[in-house]
Amino acid sequence: MLSRLRQLDRPLLAAVFALSAYGLATLYSAGQTEVPTFVATIWQRQLVWLALGAIVAWLMFRTSPRVLEWATPFVYAIAVFLLAVTLLFGTGAGTAAGSKSWIAIGGMRFGQPAELAKVAVILMLARWLAGLREPPATLRQLIPPCAIAGAPCFLVALQPDLGSAIVFVALLFCMLFWAGTKPWLLLLLASPAIGLVLAFSTVAWGLWIAALCGLLLWWRPYFWEGLGVMAANVAMGVFALPFWNRLAPYQQNRLLAFLNPEVDPRATGWHVIQSKVAVGSGGFLGKGFTEGTQKRLAFLPAQHTDFIFSIVGEELGFVGVVAALALFASLVFVLLRIARRATDPFSSLCVFGIAGMLFTHILENVGMTINLMPITGIPLPFFSYGGSFLLACTLGVGITLRVAWESRQSGYAEL
Amino acid sequence: MTTFHPHLLERRLGVVRLIVWAVLGVMVLAFFRTQILGHGKYQLQSETNRLRPIPLPAPRGVIFDRNGKVLAENVPGYTVSLLPGPEPNLRATLARIAPFAKLDAVAIDRVLQRARRAPYQPALVLADAPFAVVSALEERRVEIPGLLIQSEPKRSYPDTSVIAHLVGYVGEVTETERSTPRFAPVRLGGLVGKDGLEREYDDSLRGADGLRFVEVSAVGQMVREGAAAPTLEPVPGTELHTTIDLELQRYIASIFPAGQRGAVLAMNPNTGEVLALYSAPGFNPNRFVGGVSPDYWRSLSESPATPLLDRVIQARYPPGSTWKLAVASMALKRGIVTLRSRMPIPCRGGLQYGNRFFRCWAAEGHGDLTLAEAIAQSCDVYFYQLGIKLGVTSLLEDANEWGFRSRTGIDLPGEVASEFPTGPEYYDRLYGARQWTAAVALNLAIGQGENAQTLIDMVRLYQMLASDGRARTPFVVRPVRGAAPLALDLTPDQLAGLRLAMIAVVEQGTARGSRLASLRIAGKTGTSQNPHGPDHGWFIGFGPAEKPEIVVGAIVEFSQHGTAVAPLVSRAIAHYLGLDESVAATLRVTVPTDSAPQPFQLPVLPRLDSVRPILPPIDTLRVIPPPPTR
Repeated sequence: MLSRLRQLDRPLLAAVFALSAYGLATLYSAGQTEVPTFVATIWQRQLVWLALGAIVAWLMFRTSPRVLEWATPFVYAIAVFLLAVTLLFGTGAGTAAGSKSWIAIGGMRFGQPAELAKVAVILMLARWLAGLREPPATLRQLIPPCAIAGAPCFLVALQPDLGSAIVFVALLFCMLFWAGTKPWLLLLLASPAIGLVLAFSTVAWGLWIAALCGLLLWWRPYFWEGLGVMAANVAMGVFALPFWNRLAPYQQNRLLAFLNPEVDPRATGWHVIQSKVAVGSGGFLGKGFTEGTQKRLAFLPAQHTDFIFSIVGEELGFVGVVAALALFASLVFVLLRIARRATDPFSSLCVFGIAGMLFTHILENVGMTINLMPITGIPLPFFSYGGSFLLACTLGVGITLRVAWESRQSGYAEL
Repeated sequence: MTTFHPHLLERRLGVVRLIVWAVLGVMVLAFFRTQILGHGKYQLQSETNRLRPIPLPAPRGVIFDRNGKVLAENVPGYTVSLLPGPEPNLRATLARIAPFAKLDAVAIDRVLQRARRAPYQPALVLADAPFAVVSALEERRVEIPGLLIQSEPKRSYPDTSVIAHLVGYVGEVTETERSTPRFAPVRLGGLVGKDGLEREYDDSLRGADGLRFVEVSAVGQMVREGAAAPTLEPVPGTELHTTIDLELQRYIASIFPAGQRGAVLAMNPNTGEVLALYSAPGFNPNRFVGGVSPDYWRSLSESPATPLLDRVIQARYPPGSTWKLAVASMALKRGIVTLRSRMPIPCRGGLQYGNRFFRCWAAEGHGDLTLAEAIAQSCDVYFYQLGIKLGVTSLLEDANEWGFRSRTGIDLPGEVASEFPTGPEYYDRLYGARQWTAAVALNLAIGQGENAQTLIDMVRLYQMLASDGRARTPFVVRPVRGAAPLALDLTPDQLAGLRLAMIAVVEQGTARGSRLASLRIAGKTGTSQNPHGPDHGWFIGFGPAEKPEIVVGAIVEFSQHGTAVAPLVSRAIAHYLGLDESVAATLRVTVPTDSAPQPFQLPVLPRLDSVRPILPPIDTLRVIPPPPTR
């Protein structure tokens, strides 16, 4: 066993341990408020989750990618089933009190299946894409992967948990790209969404449609597919704005609240402002560990989950932020390296998907604290308190460790 | 599968690495902008987020009398306020503390109004909270977010109404006041002097408020005091030492006829120091501390007795016979008469002038009198003739020169100017040129007619008579600099003669009731015609007559005659000089009822700025300002 430990990928382990320690310290600081709340002791529970995560990672490390590949359909089915059950019997809790994201039996809460589903989708997409002879070249060929990611995405969006739903979409695009799908095809796939966003400015939408026409002529997809893409874009542009404008302001707010239930529309601005104030007042070196006044005096919302990175910014300053980002970057780059050197397409896609999942979470969560990203309450890997997501992360770490070990064993790593 | 050829993977990896680097770069730049470039702005926001400035009111300067006795001091009091927050929160908190703090809906609205006016300051709920309320609130501190109980110095006037007009009172600064440069440094809700010495010397009494910071949490609960930012200690106001003799002031208040309206002013004739300044009815300045209740304010401002009026400096009365000393001084100064001069027509109870008969107050007549005797007897007939001899022009000229139509310049706010015609042209305008006769001089000579003097202005005349003939501007703390020097220009002999005549007033004349066995007092009675009711009585006297140390003037409204006022003055003088004042208390006024000339009928006056009609005192009352909104 000790010899096996020596064969583990050291850079990956170092990055994960460093991030876990950094995250745990930040979580400890998050509990240091003037008026103590339950957050004060939450770091101890997170420690238990980390231990559990280590076991999970070890178990995954011991699992061969072949076994995993075989088990993937069952895992995926269970995940989708759990999401459906959650939608029917779920409860809200914690900082996600507004949505039915928790599965509970008899009052006992067992966690958020959405986090498990993310890993399941990665595995399922990896299995499906690895089985292809050629990368998808037409929109029709993209339908199965879209369905694989779309089902849990749809179920999660119904909870409603927009943040996690977006993660599924991001995973789909990441893994399609890694499987060799041509970027223009991905652009066509994303074009209705772009059209929807641009529909709120007539000029921008007009330019977009014109550009799309040009692109379709240039890329020459199948006629019906091109027509479908065009029709979808035009429909978005034509119907989105009038429909939105016909809604009364309270209905618009309600819709926004539906899309983004974590944040009360009236309080949204307040959260972002307080987070920015916390980060900005940290300055270069910060206010000192556990000394952040915004956090201590409860100005910072959800300081142990969604806005935990604001504590880093406030207490450890720019230096602390850059250090955390560097650690995250090194983790992502290590994962990318392992994905690149994996022995088989399934392993490679798995690891790349895990890297994509982590990166999406980091980008969204960190960007949200300084208003680069809209507020969607998704957790920051290894920092935010929460067992389900931490287990999902360690699950991914375990898989990655195995993949790295396999490629080293096969001598593939030296390539 | 060919798509996973290492070469292709390497190409895709390059793209992905580029994307990751770009995203990281954007993030680091964004954090750099927020944390390094925007640090100052967010630092400030973070501070304002958590720190609430709490003003620490400076204790006002203590006001002392001349012997170090306290006129106004500070006692510890408690204020209850709420830290600023959104209005619904404040409203909810107020509703919660209402039963303990005994707040009604009106009081709650007042607090919210205050919070709206100064949104970044604690909103005052109770300016002077009783201890029971403080402890009840303190027990429930956890349930009341933003509750701030501060021990603050509270103004206290131990002698209440006795010194009310002199010391004045304090109140919350108004918006109008804050727009003036004088009160601009006062914070919103700060206390300033509103009247009397508190107003006059507010700049030195006020001190400078301190500031401390308390740390609050997001829900507005106070977390910590003092630790967050250094406290700026308040600078106490400077002490004020006045010339007032509190003992004398109290004595005057105790002997002033109860329920009567009037005023008493005591001065040192040689320096101008005001020893006592009393106006009745008074008010309780302590009721103004922490905000006057609307009921009390209404009772003061709507009372026909106008208790807020300082009758020493803000009310004008026809001077009546007290004026005769002014006329006598003018005639002596101009060398028209000596103290032994007699008039051509002896007093037979009146004087026929033109087609009118001017009566003397004594119908049986005084006979042939010298000037000294005429002063002692207050003989109207003598002074009618003296007035004619003096002439209207001279009379008006001297009266103007001696400050009988101006303020004395005492260091108290709100002094009104006495009223007197500027010159003969006044009568030209009033009646038309050459449409009037020297008959006006008859009225002017006995203190009737177009003549209304403040008590302080008349006391200054007697101060000049009691000293070397030069005026000392009355003052309570320090003399006003640059006051025009006034002097009667009488020789010491003439002054001594006038004093002897005034001694005769007290010993044999109209003020016999005030004679004290142990002390010689000089003075003069006066009765001012009052078209609205019984006449007002004057007496102004000084003592000891040989070497005056104190001059006291008193006016009692509706007291019919100055002789009723004389004992008041003589007892005050005796008390000040440390003599047995009880003698005066047993004496009776034995002078017949005054029935001086008919009231002068005011004609309808042309509206000219330079011509100010002389109105009866009731109309000269200053306008009562609206109640302070606290």
